[in-house]
Amino acid sequence: MVHPSDKLRRFGSRSDGRKRCQVVRTINGDWRHGPTLQWAGRLHLTLWFVSHSHLAPPRRAPDSAAQPAFSSTQRSPERRVISSVIVHQCAMASLISPYLSVPTAPGRARLAAPGAPRRRRMAVVRAKIREIFMPALSSTMTEGKIVSWTAAEGDRVAKGDPVVVVESDKADMDVETFHDGIVAVVLVPAGGTAPVGAPIALLAESEEEVALARARAQALSQGQSKEPSPPHATAAPGPPPPAPVAPQATKGIATPYAKKLAKQHRVDIAGVVGTGPHGRVTAADVEAAAGIKHKQKVAPPPPPPPAAVGPAPPMPVLPPVPGGTVVLFTTMQAAVSRNMVESLRVPTFRVGYSMITDKLDALYEKVKSKGVTKTVLLVKAAAVALTQHPVVNASCRDGKSFSYNNNVNIGVAVALEGGLLTPVLEDADKLDIYLLAQKWRVLLKKARMKQLQPNEYNSGTFTLSNLGMFGVNKFDAILPAGQGAIMAVGASRPTVVADKDGFFSIKSEMLVNVTADHRIIYGADLAAFLQTFAKIVEDPEILTL
Amino acid sequence: MQSTAAVSVSASATASRGGARSEAARRPGGIRVCGLRGEALTCPSLRISQAPARLAAARAAAAANGAVAGSGGGFDYDLVIIGAGVGGHGAALHAVEEGLKTAIIEGDVVGGTCVNRGCVPSKALLAVSGRMRELHDEHHMKSMGLQVSSPGYDRQGVADHANNLASKIRSNLTNSMKALGVDILTGVGTIVGKQKVRYGKAGFPDKEITARNIIIATGSVPFVPKGIEIDGKTVFTSDHALKLESVPDWIAIVGSGYIGLEFSDVYTALGSEVTFVEALDQLMPGFDPEIAKLAQRVLINPRKIDYHTGVFASKITPAKDGKPVLIELIDAKTKEHKETLEVDAALIATGRAPFTKGLGLENINVVTQRGFVPVDERMRVMDADGNVVPNLYCIGDANGKLMLAHAASAQGISVVEQISGKDHILNHLSIPAACFTHPEISMVGLTEPQAREKADKEGFEVNVVKTSFKANTKALAENEGDGIAKLIYRPDTGEILGVHILGLHAADLIHEASNAIALGTRVQDIKFAVHAHPTLSEVLDELFKAAKLQPREGRDSKPR
Repeated sequence: MVHPSDKLRRFGSRSDGRKRCQVVRTINGDWRHGPTLQWAGRLHLTLWFVSHSHLAPPRRAPDSAAQPAFSSTQRSPERRVISSVIVHQCAMASLISPYLSVPTAPGRARLAAPGAPRRRRMAVVRAKIREIFMPALSSTMTEGKIVSWTAAEGDRVAKGDPVVVVESDKADMDVETFHDGIVAVVLVPAGGTAPVGAPIALLAESEEEVALARARAQALSQGQSKEPSPPHATAAPGPPPPAPVAPQATKGIATPYAKKLAKQHRVDIAGVVGTGPHGRVTAADVEAAAGIKHKQKVAPPPPPPPAAVGPAPPMPVLPPVPGGTVVLFTTMQAAVSRNMVESLRVPTFRVGYSMITDKLDALYEKVKSKGVTKTVLLVKAAAVALTQHPVVNASCRDGKSFSYNNNVNIGVAVALEGGLLTPVLEDADKLDIYLLAQKWRVLLKKARMKQLQPNEYNSGTFTLSNLGMFGVNKFDAILPAGQGAIMAVGASRPTVVADKDGFFSIKSEMLVNVTADHRIIYGADLAAFLQTFAKIVEDPEILTL
Repeated sequence: MQSTAAVSVSASATASRGGARSEAARRPGGIRVCGLRGEALTCPSLRISQAPARLAAARAAAAANGAVAGSGGGFDYDLVIIGAGVGGHGAALHAVEEGLKTAIIEGDVVGGTCVNRGCVPSKALLAVSGRMRELHDEHHMKSMGLQVSSPGYDRQGVADHANNLASKIRSNLTNSMKALGVDILTGVGTIVGKQKVRYGKAGFPDKEITARNIIIATGSVPFVPKGIEIDGKTVFTSDHALKLESVPDWIAIVGSGYIGLEFSDVYTALGSEVTFVEALDQLMPGFDPEIAKLAQRVLINPRKIDYHTGVFASKITPAKDGKPVLIELIDAKTKEHKETLEVDAALIATGRAPFTKGLGLENINVVTQRGFVPVDERMRVMDADGNVVPNLYCIGDANGKLMLAHAASAQGISVVEQISGKDHILNHLSIPAACFTHPEISMVGLTEPQAREKADKEGFEVNVVKTSFKANTKALAENEGDGIAKLIYRPDTGEILGVHILGLHAADLIHEASNAIALGTRVQDIKFAVHAHPTLSEVLDELFKAAKLQPREGRDSKPR
């Protein structure tokens, strides 16, 4: 006998009443699956394994409110006998704007409209052209193959109509649209594959917008394209376009993986210069091609790069480590790398300062219960100090002027798995510590979910990096491009201190090290700023005002 | 026992049609042509119920051949087996059990292809590839809460593992035969006349022995189509590939059957990219189409593999003078040149050709068919005139009935049964086959199209049921829910026609089905067998339970 628990198995949770139910019909074969879908709250999938050896109707899970909808497809006799699995799916937003993580998958991000994916939706609504995305049909699905389009270009479709059959790594499934409209352009034809989240078709709301959608598709395919906004507060000034690579004639020989990648990233393999053995195109070439292309397309975003600085010398490539493993940068890591190299153009210097934190620690103990963290206190202290030293809050954009900022926006470096982000606490000088703490919690959560909006990570005027929680004594931060100074905070630790009367005592001492752009901030400026900062830290009552 | 009575009737009917059926058995083509339904019923467990007259007839026939077990009768040996592969080994062991004085002639190494250049070392490589896959599957590891940092491998270490395994199994085989008193004669065996074999160095067989019965078990070698130049370094067969002297960045595998598929699993796990070249229109042509489709989804599409189907590799030139391996592809139908591939290496896995040259078959008026030794359903060698050559049998790849190591062994045991005076016909439809990819594929009996064709011809209905590994607790615990099991059966009688499995440990799971076919167990009976919970075997349990029969009065079923 099989255990009752095996007779019926549920994956995922039922959606609430607001969500519309849809059935994903299995196309060929009867075993289907799709637990733990990555629709992030928009789509829940419930999977029933219906026992075929029991004649009793399948039990439903106790909390399921809705009747599971069974496929009404005519089945051959044996199919009817088996009818082993019925995939039942409840969706609120089936296809439009599934949640996308901030560009970890390069292809996905590149195909996206400019700006963060979550903003795309708003932009889309304005244009009344919606993108139909490759849905994530299973937890392991990274790309999907279009088996067939059930709707053709020009077809008018209604909400809930199946438009496309997608083959995932698991199954073939009918996928429905969640909006009325006209299928304007099919971006990925039947037989093609696309990574999860990539647009596979454009849906126009009316006839007039079909042409608009076509134009957009053209733009998409040409400029496949826009560089993903680096998810880093230290957004680099646009890298100078590298010398265009003269397309060389290749014999069109590409390795299997290179072909797969090219298809995924919509890279025309004929245009890729192969650097592999015998001039073949390798996976690395395709990735490089995808990378090179988007760099070429990018218009230098403001601020413009300093005119005085010439193009960066090409990075020397070291020979590979024998026997080692090569792991390519994620988009985020690539952005970090680019920004770090960029930072070498700025003449920086560092000033260190030690300060007693006993009072700050005491304050922290008091406000801890209200959710205020040490970091928030330090941000507030820095913000207050910055208002008195506006030059430290300024930046040098062009190498010949000071750009003073009206706001004190403090970015705080946050380590993420496989990357680094600096969410920005805007107007840190104006908000009280409780509001700041609240704001910080929201930002942190968003950062971890990779849902930060660009203004939430690239509007910083000053950055604070705190490694104190690791017990780091002191360290040196690299100045992010577009800012005047960055503060590196170490741990505060008990230290024997002699006061001016010669008395020894043990105080908690913290070392702060600020890196600044010497074009605008001079040693005395930084020293004065640090003195103010230390005063605030040592007498932090002002922070609670 | 109503059911066994029915069996004995049809069994004798089968025997009486023996002559006609041997014709059918020799039909070339499909791998399981020799298996007819009736044969399923002559299995050992049912022998007790066979008509006594029939048994006596078989005994008499055996005695006329001069093969009464135990008596030397002027011969050096009761049984001489040419070829000490898995088939010969199985036959030798069983012969000793039956009390026959047995010798085995081996011109190369004991163990044959399977142990030295086939199943055994490839399993060692696949064991490595399976682990590499697991370790590299970050998603999989993470979902189980495991963390591993950049796994790598040492090619020589992997190669040594395969080699060590082969030598270990080889010495096991040798020792088991020595311990039982089988004489292992070294040299190439040639049949020089009736019941007479010479052996010695190739071309100079200098020692002659006589044997009451002779079994040819010389096996096969990799088949290399013309136009393909093998250099053993960049263009090679499975023989070389198993030594794993290199792991090329990009390897073309010509042929997408078991061998090609298993090697694609090994090479992609070790970091190579693979291009399949398949002459037929779809990959994995020998498999049940539904299984092949799923296998493509699980074993091909997500990996660094592409493929060309419907093309022949008309010419393959090894890498030399700084040029890569060149593979010219022509359309399988129009023969027009289609494309030239440039790869780092090419593995030729286009099947295997019988190794029957130098056997001296001409001395006894036997003509091979495409190299295969023609045999009847009892593995008795047929001469050019279609008559049985007395006291001469051929088993395994050399007869081409079903080119699998365990099939050879089963045929060998069947032959020994016969020469011990017990008539025996092997049911080839009950022989399972497995492909040790990750996950594994296994099968027994007919594929769905074969079953439907047979059903059309014989006028019965066919039903198919399937179960998923996704519904299996153990598979889910292992996080290996990919896979299905598929049962093809007759809804009127409950007879199992075929079972196909793709999924975790499919190769180990198939035996419940193959035993059921061998023993004639029907769906309505096996569904009451109990399976431990939670085990993967419940996939089959569910499968049998899912099979519904047509309601019919008086159908024989197990009394309860």
